[in-house]
Amino acid sequence: MTKDEIKSAIIKEILEIAPDIEESEIENDKNIQRSLEIDSFDFLKILTAMNAQVGIEVPEADYSQVDTVEHMVEYFLKRLE
Amino acid sequence: MDNTTTYREAVREAIRKAMTENESVFLMGEDVGHYGGCYAVSMGLLDEFGAQRIIDTPLSESSFTGAGIGAALNGMRPIVEIMTVNFSLLALDQIMNNAATLLHMSGGQLNVPLVIRMATGGGKQLAAQHSHSLEGWFAHIPGLKVLTPATVQDAYDMVGLALADPDPVLIFENALLYNSKGSIDTQGTPVPIGKALIHKAGKDISIFTYGISLFKALEAAEALAKDGIDVEVIDLRSLRPLDDETVMNSVKKTHKVIIVDEGWKSGSISAEIMARINEQAFYELDAPMARVCTVEVPLPYAKHLEDAALPQPQKIVDTARTMMGK
Amino acid sequence: MSQFLMPSLGADMESAILMEWMVKEGDTVTKGQVIAEVETSKGVIEIEVFEDGIVEKLLVEPETECAVGMPLAIIKAGADNTLKAMKKIETQTIVKHNADTSKIEPDKQKKIIEAKEDNIEQEERIKISPVARKRAQELGVDITKLDSKKDVIHLSQIEALGTIKVKAPEAAEKKEETKERDGMRQAIAAAMSRSNTEIPHYYLSTSINMTPALEYLKELNKKRSIEERILPIAMLVRAVVLALKEVPELNGFWQENGHRMSKEIHPGIAIALRKGGLITPALLDAQNMDMYSTMEFLSDLITRTRLGKLRSSEMTKQTITITNLGDLGVESVYGVIYPPQLAIIGFGAIVNAPWAEGDALCVRKVMQATLAGDHRATDGRIGAQFLDKINKFLQNPQELL
Repeated sequence: MTKDEIKSAIIKEILEIAPDIEESEIENDKNIQRSLEIDSFDFLKILTAMNAQVGIEVPEADYSQVDTVEHMVEYFLKRLE
Repeated sequence: MDNTTTYREAVREAIRKAMTENESVFLMGEDVGHYGGCYAVSMGLLDEFGAQRIIDTPLSESSFTGAGIGAALNGMRPIVEIMTVNFSLLALDQIMNNAATLLHMSGGQLNVPLVIRMATGGGKQLAAQHSHSLEGWFAHIPGLKVLTPATVQDAYDMVGLALADPDPVLIFENALLYNSKGSIDTQGTPVPIGKALIHKAGKDISIFTYGISLFKALEAAEALAKDGIDVEVIDLRSLRPLDDETVMNSVKKTHKVIIVDEGWKSGSISAEIMARINEQAFYELDAPMARVCTVEVPLPYAKHLEDAALPQPQKIVDTARTMMGK
Repeated sequence: MSQFLMPSLGADMESAILMEWMVKEGDTVTKGQVIAEVETSKGVIEIEVFEDGIVEKLLVEPETECAVGMPLAIIKAGADNTLKAMKKIETQTIVKHNADTSKIEPDKQKKIIEAKEDNIEQEERIKISPVARKRAQELGVDITKLDSKKDVIHLSQIEALGTIKVKAPEAAEKKEETKERDGMRQAIAAAMSRSNTEIPHYYLSTSINMTPALEYLKELNKKRSIEERILPIAMLVRAVVLALKEVPELNGFWQENGHRMSKEIHPGIAIALRKGGLITPALLDAQNMDMYSTMEFLSDLITRTRLGKLRSSEMTKQTITITNLGDLGVESVYGVIYPPQLAIIGFGAIVNAPWAEGDALCVRKVMQATLAGDHRATDGRIGAQFLDKINKFLQNPQELL
């Protein structure tokens, strides 16, 4: 998967789990939970869905490395290589 | 002109005025002339108008009421006085089968502009043949109008209103009210027949009443005000026609109803009022309606028993408190 | 035989739109079965039948707006009731039989009708004055929630409850979505105003060291796949449920006749909607769950809330409310009790904070737990015991399993 593919997969999952969010509201470098009001349940759902797509489980200890879309893309990309 | 007078004098003044203004008006009944009337209402009128217009009759209610109907049919404006409502039963055939029906049976040709005044009510230790309140019975009959003046003003106005009406009108004067005092306005426009009056506005309970019970209700309202119960007191004034509009508007305001009536409960005007409220304002009620009426016995002679049988302010107060859960 | 009425899904509901029947005439239904979907200001809700029986007739077409209390269907009593009714008929008929043998057939029919009517009569009737019933409808006060055993409900009680009139806004030119949210806003306004008018709140707050609980959870989650991962909120709900078992005074209702505790624990979980508004569906019978099933049911509840697929019992049975604004970063939540409940528990954000352990100062994960209680029902002492129990469980997280 390329960087862009991972990014669009993440955005697609966010939009699926929180359908009332507009794509334009999602900013690369903003904290996903805070800026989009995504609670811990929905955040876990995003990570679960990403796991199904890329086969990588994000342990709780690594949550700080997936706080923004940009960081999450890097996180998966690094582990896919 | 505004002055203070008694209920008795107010009725007399109204008769005097009518007789002065209209030659066809005359008064007849037992002892209305030389004796001046059983309750002294017509005192002095014989001297003033003469025996042709102030007529003492034999002790026969049926015949002199019938004579009144005949006179009315022939263009006169008779005022028939019946000593008490109990005796009016002797004239019931004339009142009901003739006075009330002739307009209908003649296909609208024959109006009977008859006025019958009679004393009603208890409280004077006159026992079981002179003390009852049967005005509710008469209110059962289509073709009649039934007026119950409580105030001195209405005692005055209703004579004129009744005489002006083209059909038979019965006026029930509570005998205990004859000595009551009040001011009258003889120049103003009278409140028409069929219109009830709010004597005291209130928001918690509506009391519907008429005649002497109006004053008992007002006395009770004063006592209840000290408990913080704000009662609305309405004088019905006319039992036929009843002023449904004023009644229902009051029910819509207070949602609670007490009816005070010196008649008995069973098959009475108080029952009729309750039935109408049920028909027209059921969804406005917040509690079962209550009645304070005369105990269902022939009215006793003994003072303490008579007092116990009649509606009294304290009974109204107790009923209202129970209704408010106090 | 009985009528199935549009249930009141909260004190603030006046009507709902019947969207879809999940049963058809002639179907056998069992108590608790979902028989229809209705749309309210809180979203689409599945409504459940209250008795066993057979659907005799559906009275309302889909997409009809129905007021609370409107008959929607006729449910014929289940086998048990029919048997009882039949027995009654038999005994009655025997008596009649001796008296008059020639008329047994029509007589029997009549008795059947009477017996059916008897069944309806047995349902508890709320004694309420006519004007109070009318006003309750206008104000959206749910009279079935009032205690009517003791006395007749009068107008004054209704007016005291429904100080704010709930009415759907003029919808004609507004967008559907806006209308829905306005309805919810007004419903929240009515309930919260009523709460602040009627309920004397007391507030307690305590700081809880969450490090032991979070460490325990971390270890637990390491052994579990991402699908099975347990979130701190499940642990907090679990701690509340266990603490309520020990301090049951806070779980239940304040009604006309006073304080009523509930054996079942149905915590309402406050779920904020991103576009505004709030729903607090009940996590039903949480007293029977362990930590894993708490997480499972909580996840299901939140998913269904977001989808607008809640059941009527989840909208009405809450015995206490839990609100967690920690995800939004606030440290303390002082809640407003949802009447007729007795308390609301607030959890704030878990933050790194200085913490004294013995004589040493260290940094720990700290969370503020708050409680707003109804002072008519309980005093601060009970509230304090409750927060202390929550703290105790969170310091010994293995007990939460």
